[in-house]
Amino acid sequence: MAIGFSAYLRRDLLLAYRRRGEAASPLIFFVMVSTLIPLGITPESARLAEIAPGIIWVMALLATLLSTDSLFASDYQDGSLEQLLISPQLLAMPVLGKVTAHWMVTGLPLTLASPLLGLMLSLPAEGYVPMMASLAIGTACLSLVGSVGAALTVSLRKGGLLLSLLVMPLYMPVIIFGSATVQSAIDGFAWSGPLAILGAMLAAAIALCPLAAAGALRLTSIN
Amino acid sequence: MPNTPLLSVERLQFERDDCNVFEQIDLTVGRGEIVQIEGPNGAGKTTLMRLLTTALQPTSGNISYAGQSIDLCRYEYLSDILYLGHQPGVKVTLTAEENLRWMAADSIGSIQDALAAVGLAGYGDVPCYNLSAGQHRRVALARLLMTDARLWYLDEPFTAIDKQGVSFLENCMSDHVKAGGAILLSTHQDLAIDGVRKYDISPHADQRGQ
Amino acid sequence: MNWLSNWSPSWQWFHRLGSPRWFYQTTGRWLPWLSLLALALLDTGLVWGLGFAPQDAKQGNSFRIIYLHVPASFLALAGYYIMAIAGAVGLIWKMKLSYMVMKSAAPIGAVLTFLALFTGAVWGKPTWGTYWVWDARITSMLILLFLYLGVLALQYAFHSNEAGNKASAILALVGTVNIPIIYKSVDWWYTLHQPATIKLTSAPSMHPDMFQPLLVMILGFYCFYVVALFLFTRAEILRRERKTTWVKELVLGEPQS
Repeated sequence: MAIGFSAYLRRDLLLAYRRRGEAASPLIFFVMVSTLIPLGITPESARLAEIAPGIIWVMALLATLLSTDSLFASDYQDGSLEQLLISPQLLAMPVLGKVTAHWMVTGLPLTLASPLLGLMLSLPAEGYVPMMASLAIGTACLSLVGSVGAALTVSLRKGGLLLSLLVMPLYMPVIIFGSATVQSAIDGFAWSGPLAILGAMLAAAIALCPLAAAGALRLTSIN
Repeated sequence: MPNTPLLSVERLQFERDDCNVFEQIDLTVGRGEIVQIEGPNGAGKTTLMRLLTTALQPTSGNISYAGQSIDLCRYEYLSDILYLGHQPGVKVTLTAEENLRWMAADSIGSIQDALAAVGLAGYGDVPCYNLSAGQHRRVALARLLMTDARLWYLDEPFTAIDKQGVSFLENCMSDHVKAGGAILLSTHQDLAIDGVRKYDISPHADQRGQ
Repeated sequence: MNWLSNWSPSWQWFHRLGSPRWFYQTTGRWLPWLSLLALALLDTGLVWGLGFAPQDAKQGNSFRIIYLHVPASFLALAGYYIMAIAGAVGLIWKMKLSYMVMKSAAPIGAVLTFLALFTGAVWGKPTWGTYWVWDARITSMLILLFLYLGVLALQYAFHSNEAGNKASAILALVGTVNIPIIYKSVDWWYTLHQPATIKLTSAPSMHPDMFQPLLVMILGFYCFYVVALFLFTRAEILRRERKTTWVKELVLGEPQS
């Protein structure tokens, strides 16, 4: 079982590395679009500080959404997905491996880049650590939940837009607790509570999403 | 048991959008046999292949592997088959050698030899986006030299390969069945191998091989 | 899931339930009575609630919108679960009819959710001065609407009926698991940000005289939902089974050879 997980993890990381430019685009999107906020709303430090946690979280969510589409797309197009579906091992393991690779290529860089954005958006000092903690866990949740949507829409052309529509409601609890973690810290309250809930969501997602995505791949990708 | 066919299909049917894709299929493939599925485009050859590899679920009917229903011995069955579909399953970002190493993870031969046999010697570390479609096909065919699966499902394997490739593939197939394997393939071409049994799945086929 | 699908209840009704024709004929017999019942309940409830129930102390007459808003919200949520269960039955037992019910439940539920949101907005204006307020209940309803739209969009995005059915069923089930999480999260979020004033859509403390017409309306809405579900499913059956003899006879009116 573990062979499927690590083999696909390593392969997808290698593939992302070979296509570094493409793999970096969510991160670039994240940073660039965040500069739209001061331009579109206000450059005043005080007002930016009020909205910074939410903005950073929304941007991270959108950046993850952008890249989720490609989770299974290239495998579907070159026939590797078909081969994966008929291999004897449990499908959930390779799926988990791919999603982990996806997170390491999108969520993790976002988390590491978030202090930079915090700086640009005048995030108060207390917010930095909670920001990174919540992003690390939250983007992992987003990748997992997004994988179910990606699995459902893999065989559709223009599936990307539909994917966004499908997973958006499922993303909402994550963003609620993610930005609440940061906001609580800034307001001086304990932020371990919302973070723990994020952690619980992640645990549930790790257990359930690979199974759901595997089922979706089996049932809907070939017809 | 030497007499149990490797693959046995009984009363197989598949419905898509409320109509049957093909009429009921009954067929067996024994060791050392090559069965060629014939039929016009759209007759359901690829669908049949997908049903046999469990990528699709049949609406009704049984598929048995060495006497046992595949629902009961799924792991053994899937470990013993090799499927070459329409798409070669080659990742263009990887080199030919990396692709082969991935596809034939439990290989029984050397990758270099396999690549040489399909005429891609020296192309091992060329990334596949620099290779043509025909060369992708050849990388996929090189799998055949490295597998120990007994049952081969080949869906239109002669697509996009040249005469050299055709004779390579035919030799591969002969060697495989002589060693006790079995092949089920779909193709429009006539094979230059003896003893190929044909099975026609066109609608209202008058005769069908068994 | 093989073990589950191989255990199909030996109850005769369960097997018969899988037959579109049986469903069509049986619902055909029930529909007139159900429609009458729904009409009666809705009329009684509306007249009673809008006309005769006592005024609310704080909100005056504008609270009467709850006679539409609350039943619609109930049914919107219940409808999602009905849709998801129909999808699950279809996935496990591969019952075509179940998928048809799921496909029919989606637009009905979506419209009911929209009705709940609309009546919520109408309620908001006289009571709170604005049509839209981000309170917990309304926000959850909005997310429910998105869930419905997702299922609808996915159903029709596939060329093949079967793939669309299976995908929608999976999505509906994923949504079902998420609905409690979403509702709880939104509740919690709202308590974080709640202005220190009264909640908008909390029903006024219910005097029995106000509550009874509400019960009647809820029952009426349930009946109406079943009627609508039957009608939509029957239409879907006719469309899907149009090549069979019994449908041809039904539509063309004479025995077909």
